[in-house]
Amino acid sequence: MSLGNIFDIAGSGMTAQSLRLNTTASNIANAETASSSTDEAYRARKPVFSAIQQNMMNQDGFGSGWGPEGAASAGVQVDGVVESDAQLQMRYEPNHPAANEDGYVYYPNVNVVEEMADMMSSSRSFEMNVDVMNTAKSMMQRILTLGQS
Amino acid sequence: MAINFNNALGVHERAVNLRIQRAEVLANNLANADTPGFKARDIDFRAALGAAEATSQGLSMTRTNDGHIDTGAAMTERAALLYRNPHQPSLDGNTVDAQQEQATFMRNSMDFQASFQFLNSKFTGLTKAITGQ
Repeated sequence: MSLGNIFDIAGSGMTAQSLRLNTTASNIANAETASSSTDEAYRARKPVFSAIQQNMMNQDGFGSGWGPEGAASAGVQVDGVVESDAQLQMRYEPNHPAANEDGYVYYPNVNVVEEMADMMSSSRSFEMNVDVMNTAKSMMQRILTLGQS
Repeated sequence: MAINFNNALGVHERAVNLRIQRAEVLANNLANADTPGFKARDIDFRAALGAAEATSQGLSMTRTNDGHIDTGAAMTERAALLYRNPHQPSLDGNTVDAQQEQATFMRNSMDFQASFQFLNSKFTGLTKAITGQ
């Protein structure tokens, strides 16, 4: 039954969006984390999404066959989390406990405004997937009433 | 006269099936709204229903050997997936327009309800005929 697949698809979308929200939370929380070297400094983290490609053949050998135009994908997955390579902020704060010998402190390359926009975008996308799941649920419930007058 | 479900239920059974398939494709578009490079897809409902009708009316190829592929079953199983023409593709190659997809998804679920209503009334009619009331 392909209505069941919608739950998987919307579920994968919700997982991906909540991971995106997670990285955003981590970035904002660490926006002011100072460190004394470029290696130790926190860098903004971003998830990488990709579509899950459906297998052309099911295990029993029957083609799920979406025809010659190619297979449909079945949801979204997170390939990994990459660190931004934007330039770190270097501030001259000689009294900071983490200052290096020249008196500089390294602050993360987190753009807080960008992170806030990302946060709104991911929460909207999450809601959209919830909507899809609710609609699929009501469609399935209607199917279950088939034949009842 | 034997009751043949294929004749009794008409086009609505296949329509409901196609609506469910389309819902799956649209749900996938919405799930991938933020995936770079993802291309939004959809089913041409009219063509798909036409194809389903044609194969159900016996216009399929005959298998004379067990090695032949059952074209009829393969074609009706899934409808052909097409790519949507984007109005405004984003820079990362994603062509999903979330608002449009959501509207289409809602529309599809309403159409599903309509097809379902027809199918349900077919069953109600059959029940009436059987009980004779």
